[in-house]
Amino acid sequence: MENLELVLPEIFISLSIMFLLILGVFKKDSSRLIQNISLLVLLITAVITFNETLGIDEVSLFNGSVIVDYLSSFMKIATLITAFLVLVISSNYLRSLNIFKIEYPILILSSVLGMMIMISSNDLIVFYMGLELQSLALYVLATFNRDQIKSSEAGLKYFVLSALSSGLLLYGCSLIYGFTGSTNFNVIANQLNSNEYALTFGIVFILVGLAFKISAVPFHMWAPDVYEGSPTSVTLFFTMVPKIAALTVFIRFLYVPFFYLIDQWQTILIFLSIASMVFGAVAAIGQKNLKRLIAYSSISHVGYALAGLATGTNDGIQSSVIYITIYVLMNLGLFSCLLMMKRNNVYHEGIEDLSGLSKNHPILSLSLLIILFSLAGIPPLAGFFAKFYIFKSVLEQSMFFLAIVGLLSTVVAAFYYLRLIKIMYFDKEKEKFDTDHSMWLKFSLGVSTLLILVYFVFPSQLIEIVSRINIIQ
Amino acid sequence: MIEIGLGHYLTLGAVIFSIGVIGIFLNRKNIIVILMSIELILLAVNINLVSFSIYLGDLSGQVFTLFILTVAAAEAAIGLAIIVVYYRNSGTIRVEDIDNLKG
Repeated sequence: MENLELVLPEIFISLSIMFLLILGVFKKDSSRLIQNISLLVLLITAVITFNETLGIDEVSLFNGSVIVDYLSSFMKIATLITAFLVLVISSNYLRSLNIFKIEYPILILSSVLGMMIMISSNDLIVFYMGLELQSLALYVLATFNRDQIKSSEAGLKYFVLSALSSGLLLYGCSLIYGFTGSTNFNVIANQLNSNEYALTFGIVFILVGLAFKISAVPFHMWAPDVYEGSPTSVTLFFTMVPKIAALTVFIRFLYVPFFYLIDQWQTILIFLSIASMVFGAVAAIGQKNLKRLIAYSSISHVGYALAGLATGTNDGIQSSVIYITIYVLMNLGLFSCLLMMKRNNVYHEGIEDLSGLSKNHPILSLSLLIILFSLAGIPPLAGFFAKFYIFKSVLEQSMFFLAIVGLLSTVVAAFYYLRLIKIMYFDKEKEKFDTDHSMWLKFSLGVSTLLILVYFVFPSQLIEIVSRINIIQ
Repeated sequence: MIEIGLGHYLTLGAVIFSIGVIGIFLNRKNIIVILMSIELILLAVNINLVSFSIYLGDLSGQVFTLFILTVAAAEAAIGLAIIVVYYRNSGTIRVEDIDNLKG
């Protein structure tokens, strides 16, 4: 067999899922054990990916349907580490809701497996299978608190809209297959001269499906409802991990098979990006629920990441990857704060629950302050640099309109971040929150805040890591 | 007699696809109908893929179809399970009544 060690991470994680399922069925009360084994599996997979594939330049496997290159290795490691942190900080939350079950870590593992397949895909069939594997697991995760009407409704809405978007995406795949005669990305790239008109149809359909998955406007309507209704730990997962995978697929899909049709898809991406930035900034202003607010804020952040992709240069791709990495870091800190807001084992998620937080919990509110400033893009925090790289690569391509709209919507978005800070620091204080947080929760909050704070000391490290991503030859 | 060619199959696929999409958006009564519409969309894609595959003389379209059939079955199973869970909580599956999450 050809280089099987390159897909060892996927093989290992899928075997572990089967093993854990059997273990969970036959061993009573094993949810804690399975949680720990799953954490171990995620770590080992990250190490295997790091060891086996990070040094590889570009290798295709299985007749070119799977590709292993630097982009895929980087994104896989990012996915695995984020999933690890999500799983480790959510255990107390799940316990207090009485949904600490064996299925939870297993579902997270299988959606991670789907994302890894998506990230490595170089063929429409493989891409579709990975996408569905992650979506099917995510439907169930959204419904995970099944005795609560909000959670089941979130799952229902997510299922219907996501299945519709998969359908649109598949229709696009069928058109592309029909007019190029192949499902392989590289072969498609060589067949482009024929029937450009029909292919544009296919690209539009696939872009609609992908925009649904990454929740870009105008295909965002599921995000606020699903984020609000799902359990907070699942929302945490939704806002970070699938976005990494979806962004990778965006990069791979647009820049490998359809790079020569850039005139056709560039306008669509610019539209998606501008609409997401503006809508995410404006719609978040009136929100009263923190999770809903985070949903709109994540929509606008996705807009910035897409702006980098719209440039059509390696610089733009790299700045998008940096953006999504820093975004994940900031969201991790934000949700760690959210998971710390509990009184007597009841978790609070309204904006008014933040009021006067600084009097009772000075350290928590200081880290929240740093994270919110960073999300708003205020220098010298990491969020500022993320936006800076995006704007730099956009301006280099003379796309002034996109840059101006982006800057203006940053200003609008700063309003609601600053409002949260005002509520935290100047409003009347409320009852104290519990302080018996798990060590991992404190760890993730501390590390993410610290990294955001000191990023400006060594910005070249991340740039150097990312600069090896060269999709356009 | 007209010769039935690729164009006819593609038109059939497009029509079924549109019926599915319109069914999701126009339907105000029952979630089961949405599930059927999703199934219609996937079947339209299958018609497209199989007819392209025959026309091109290339097998991978039919392989793709088999994968889609499998995934569609899994999707229907999960969708029905979610609908059952929702019904237990709310006692209804009317589309109009699904409005607990708003903002």
